[in-house]
Order: sequence, then structure tokens, then C-alpha cells
Amino acid sequence: MRIDCPCCGLRDNGEFTYLGDASPARPDGMDASPAAMLDYVYRRDNPAGPHRELWYHGAGCRSWLVVTRDTRTHDIAEVAFARDAARARDAEKAVP
Amino acid sequence: MRYSLLSVLQQAFKGQRDWTPQWRDAAPKASYDVIIVGGGGHGLATAYYLAEQHGIRNVAVLERSHVGSGNIGRNTTIVRSNYLLPGNVPFYEKSMQLWERLEQDINYNAMVSQRGVLNLYHTDGQRDAYARRGNGMRINGIDAELLDQDQVRAMVPFLDFDNARFPIQGGLLQRRGGTVRHDAVAWGYARAASDRGVDIIQNCAVTGIRRENGRVVGVDTTRGYIGAKKVGLAVAGASSQLAAMVDMRLPIESHVLTAFVSEGLKPLIDTVVTFGAGHFYVSQSDKGGLVFGGDIDGYNSYASRGNLATIEDVMEGGMALWPGLGRLRVLRHWGGVMDMSMDGSPIIDKTHIEGLYLNAGWCYGGFKATPASGFCFAHTIANDAPHALNAAFRLDRFATGAVIDEKGVGAQPNLH
Repeated sequence: MRIDCPCCGLRDNGEFTYLGDASPARPDGMDASPAAMLDYVYRRDNPAGPHRELWYHGAGCRSWLVVTRDTRTHDIAEVAFARDAARARDAEKAVP
Repeated sequence: MRYSLLSVLQQAFKGQRDWTPQWRDAAPKASYDVIIVGGGGHGLATAYYLAEQHGIRNVAVLERSHVGSGNIGRNTTIVRSNYLLPGNVPFYEKSMQLWERLEQDINYNAMVSQRGVLNLYHTDGQRDAYARRGNGMRINGIDAELLDQDQVRAMVPFLDFDNARFPIQGGLLQRRGGTVRHDAVAWGYARAASDRGVDIIQNCAVTGIRRENGRVVGVDTTRGYIGAKKVGLAVAGASSQLAAMVDMRLPIESHVLTAFVSEGLKPLIDTVVTFGAGHFYVSQSDKGGLVFGGDIDGYNSYASRGNLATIEDVMEGGMALWPGLGRLRVLRHWGGVMDMSMDGSPIIDKTHIEGLYLNAGWCYGGFKATPASGFCFAHTIANDAPHALNAAFRLDRFATGAVIDEKGVGAQPNLH
């Protein structure tokens, strides 16, 4: 498997470290209920199919990436910088 | 047919004509008292114990492919009970005890071989950790011996004891550990369960779980609807997908683990050895191939095949431990899909849905647990309450905080 890093190009997956599902968003500080934290920390959809996930290019540009990969075939559909995804999410939240 | 020395001799003179199929390949009935989803080791063992211990014989085991096609036929066959934490210790020791009498219990040669499991240590700190683990085992009546370098050298002289980075200082040995012929475990439990009236239904994939008034009433399958008073899920690797049918999200990720077999060799290593400075374990099958493996690939996967980066990592671990391996050729390698749980420990529990039971989250240690898992899951289903041995393997432990994190790495499934 190779991951097409937006900064470094097509690189072997051995250069990357995996964190997990990119979808869970940490519940906000004091408003976080135990049930919401349980969902965030422990529960996963774990789909057999397309999966948005966080990878870290530790042996390259050291960027965090959001990779959309099919868990049945390891085919990668999309790779983007995680910071862009995070900023987009924050921008969404900021809209009153 | 009962297997014995006499039956083998009789058949030798009759041209082996009278052997019958080992279990009935049943067609589904309209309904059952209990349906076990998953015809792997744990599912078949559960059906066996339901019939044998609890007298519940109107049971079906549904398998989407053929019996033994999942992880029961795709592992490195190691059994041991060298655990440290309270929830795990009695459970895995029960499993070890059930392995020791398995062949008598089910009248089947599973080639249980207590050849010992030797975990090597390479640093002073690791020695202390192993001493603690060994003491924890001995307090609980489980055998453990802390060996120094000379004792290890006497057992396995061909390892790289003076490796510059990872010198072998000694090891923790559990002599009662060893290996069991994995396929024979599936076949033996299938035969024993079938003999006791259990229907083993192959090529029957579950496509839905039906509920009425919050209670399970049956399952939809590729071979039609089958009614059931109780349904037990034992489908490690695909647990999340089955749970999604009843809108449950599990604390589980599916990951791929690769195992390897070398070309056949003369007897070379008569125990199971694990490398302590990386992740590598090796034993020799009775056919002669070295069976070895290492870490999971570390990312969600249902692909049943790994990638080269992990294969390289396993080989590096092997070479650091045993340089002679470099002359060998790998015959084949294969991947299995693991239920990696969030604390590295399994789940055997009721669910919030009446009549639905869950056996999941075995990470890559499910094989050694097969007998005790079946024993405990059968008890949980029959009594609608867990056995003392699986009381800690609750699904709600992630909510209450009573997690069993043997490795101490937190909610990060790919690190367990």
C-alpha cells in the first residue's frame, strides 16, 4: 500500500503511522456528557468499505493526513491535510 | 463413530471403508432454542457446551462459509495462560485446563502439545516485569519459571544470545503452554456438537437480526428466516457489522494480522519462543514448517491480507532473534481479520437487547481462549447471566471504567 502524501507524493505505508477513524469529534469541554465521551473515546463504526482515517507521515513531512481508504481492498480514494479538514470543521462551527 | 485405537485397527483391515462424515451438514429448521452465529472455534465450542453442560440441544450454528474457514483456521496455534490482570488470569487458566483434557472430552485428536511457551527478556527492566508477571501467575496457581541466560541457552542454543542491540538475558517459561492443531479444534468441536444434536449449517450468512417488542425473535439469512429464542454472536472480525444490524456501535476496530509458514524442516525447535525486544513468535508445526508471526498491520482492514511494511518488520524481528532464519524460504503467509477491542481484552456478555448475546473483541489472542470462551458464552446464554470467569468481560466496562488493559496503552486498538 502506498499513500499519496499531498506534500511528498506517493510513499510506502511503512513511513506513516496510523491513529484511527477521523470522524469522531471531541465533545466540547464542560458540556461533554459521559455518554458523549464514551462514544468519542471507545465506540467506532468500523465500516467494511470507505473509511476516513488519520495517518501521520512521521518519516516524511510530519503532516497529519486524512486518508479515505476502502477497508476491504486498501484502495485509497482521497488524501488531504488533516489541518484543512479541522479548519473546515471549525469554520462550520463558527457560523452562528 | 467413536474414535479409538480399536476402530483405527479395524478400519486398517477393512480398507478404511467405513469412516463416516464427522458431522451432519444440516439444513436449517424453522426455529431453534439458540442460534449461534459464526461456525468458528468459539461458536462451535459454545454449541458443544450448550449441549453438553446445559442440556440445550435444539441449537444451530450458522456459518457464512464453511466450518473453520475463519480465524480458527488462520492462526499460529499457540496456547498459554501467562496473563497478569485479575479479569484475565482465571479465564485463561480455565482455558488451559480445558485444553489439557480436550481430547478426552470430545474424543478427538487435536494434537494438544504442551511444549512450553518461552517469553524472552532482553533488559533488566524487562526481567523485573517478567518476574512480576511470573509471580502473579504462581500466586494464582499457574506454572511459571524465570530462566537465566544459561537455562535458555540449554533449551534453544541457536538464538542470537549476544546480539549487540537485543542480547538475550533469559526468559519466562510456562511449561504447560504450547500448541494445538487449530483445524482439529474446529472439526473436533463440530463433531462433538453435532453428535449431541446441534445443527451445523454452512454457507448460511446472517443478513439481519429480527426483533419484536425489544426481544430477539430470529435471524434473516441467505437460506431464509430462522426463528430463535436466543441468538449468540461469535463472529470475531465481523462483530461490528453484525452489531450494526441492531444499531449497536462496538468498542472494536477490525485489523489484519499476518502469519507465516516456512518450508518444511527437520525437527529444529521444540518449544514456542517469543522475542521480547520486538514482536515475533515462532514454533514448529508437526509437518515441519516454522510457524511465525508478529504485529498486526495497524490500520482498519477487512481485506484478509497485509502489506509489505509489516512483513518486513516481522522478518527483522525474526532475524534479530534467530539469524539462522535468514536461510529459510517462506512458503506462504496469510492474513486474518481481528476484532481489536479498545482495551485489548474480549467481551462475553449479554447485550441491552433481550435474547441477544455477544462474544467479541478477541484481538489476536482468541485461539488460546477457544474452550473457555465456549464454556463461558454457553453459560451466559443458558443462564442469561455471565459465569464468574467472564464476569469481567462486560460490554459496559468501557462506560464504567473497569477496562482490562493488559498492555497499558489505552483506547488505541492498533497498539494492543
